[in-house]
Amino acid sequence: MTREPQPDSAIFLNNISVRYRIPTEAIHTFKEYMIKLLKREIDHKSFSALKEIDLDVKRGEIFGIIGRNGAGKSTLMKVISKVLIPTDGRVWVKGHVSPLLQLGAGFHPELTGRENIYLNATLLGHSHIEIESKLDEIIEFAEIGSFIEAPLRTYSSGMQSRLGFAVATAWQPDILILDEVLSVGDTAFQKKCIHRMGKFRDSGATVLMVSHSIDQVREICERALWLNKGQIESLGSADEVCTMYQNAMSS
Amino acid sequence: MAVNYTTLKEFMTTIYDSAKRKHPAVEELVSLWKYRDLIYQLVRRDIVARYKRSVLGVAWTMLNPLGTMLIMVVVFSRVFRGTENYAAYVLTGIICWTMFSQSTSMAMNSMVWGSQLIKQIYVPRSSFVVSTIMASMVNFVLSLVPLFLIFAITGVQLKSSALLLPVFMLLLFSFSLGIALLISTLAVFFPDVADLYPVVLTAWMYLTPIIMPLEFYREILDGLLLYINPFYYIVNLFRILMLDGFVPHLQTWVATAVSSFGVLIIGWIFFCLKADDFAYHI
Repeated sequence: MTREPQPDSAIFLNNISVRYRIPTEAIHTFKEYMIKLLKREIDHKSFSALKEIDLDVKRGEIFGIIGRNGAGKSTLMKVISKVLIPTDGRVWVKGHVSPLLQLGAGFHPELTGRENIYLNATLLGHSHIEIESKLDEIIEFAEIGSFIEAPLRTYSSGMQSRLGFAVATAWQPDILILDEVLSVGDTAFQKKCIHRMGKFRDSGATVLMVSHSIDQVREICERALWLNKGQIESLGSADEVCTMYQNAMSS
Repeated sequence: MAVNYTTLKEFMTTIYDSAKRKHPAVEELVSLWKYRDLIYQLVRRDIVARYKRSVLGVAWTMLNPLGTMLIMVVVFSRVFRGTENYAAYVLTGIICWTMFSQSTSMAMNSMVWGSQLIKQIYVPRSSFVVSTIMASMVNFVLSLVPLFLIFAITGVQLKSSALLLPVFMLLLFSFSLGIALLISTLAVFFPDVADLYPVVLTAWMYLTPIIMPLEFYREILDGLLLYINPFYYIVNLFRILMLDGFVPHLQTWVATAVSSFGVLIIGWIFFCLKADDFAYHI
């Protein structure tokens, strides 16, 4: 394993560990904390969500991440998307990472659809000018129509998720994170979403696929990583890793 | 679909490397500048959302301090008979204090709202606090309208010293932002800070010459409590510029600037050093 990212690297992780410090008993209040601090009674247990992860994903690669619930898949995605700074180790990422945003998390009910597009897209780091040039496309993709000038609280939940998805995917990311299968809107809209994802992949985005569906990973991905209790259980060709995982699960 | 970067250069340089991070306080500042369009959107959201569903809209910002002032004048004007133009005195105090107390409390709440996002996407962690204080500054400017109205009614003439108002506003902004950063950080780790803070604010208000005249504090508290109270310098400066109408001595400026910028720097560094831990806690 090299210590430095290579010219063709998209994601490079070196010795990444994430440790949560969990107090052995819950301290919820400032008062309690001060009393315990003065009495020197604070005790921490540490819980490792990720342990010494080394990974080098190349540009344009379609990479699968598998593992059981609580294996550290989401934590790993958070490290890559800069949300969580690892306790130890180095993370190096080249290019824009697609957001992990739960659809519509940054919306405000009193603002209109248009105003919410600006709010949401700036939260994703886009500038005013970038948003203006994409505005019509977003409105069209979301199928919002004349509701665009109405406050968001008048939208159905389907309309809200469509708008959220349209904003989140209006810009081509360099690294696309597919966390579980898309479940937005009706079947026709889902088809549109999958089509858009396919376009991103075809135009050279690096794809990280986090999935419970082993068959899907085996079919689409070239390489895969199996995470188990925060550690790398196996890393290699998707076919091999998936077979090992399935054998382990069935035994 | 074409790649959507303004230039190829930008595309080539968007590298995030945790091994090459600058000092957190510097990095947060750089990041905040990159996300300046977000700050604008958040400020806009705060202002628009607040007034959209109320009939009188923006007028509330002006009517609120005016209402409080009327109550104070009715209740206290006989008690504080000696104070010259008590109405103008109390209103100058109230609009400063309202800006400070409301903006810091709201910043703490917006941090709670923002924490939902911080868990999912990267945004400069200070965006929510900074934008809330900025939106409150807009309200402060609006609340100057009723102040000028009362000045006109009670015959206070604005002197040229009022031209220094922007400098004062910068100091008020710095102080409020500094305190907001400190308490927001604490509130992330200890939710009961949100319950404690209003109590602290009430005590703080009575220790500051907002409603009661200055002489009261000089005589009874021996002045000492005034001089260690950073907000005293702020409200004092505002009254000198607007009511008394002269340009204060250098030492007044220095005292106010040191306390305001000092609080801001301490708050900023404290916030940035703890910001990486937010995603672990919330």
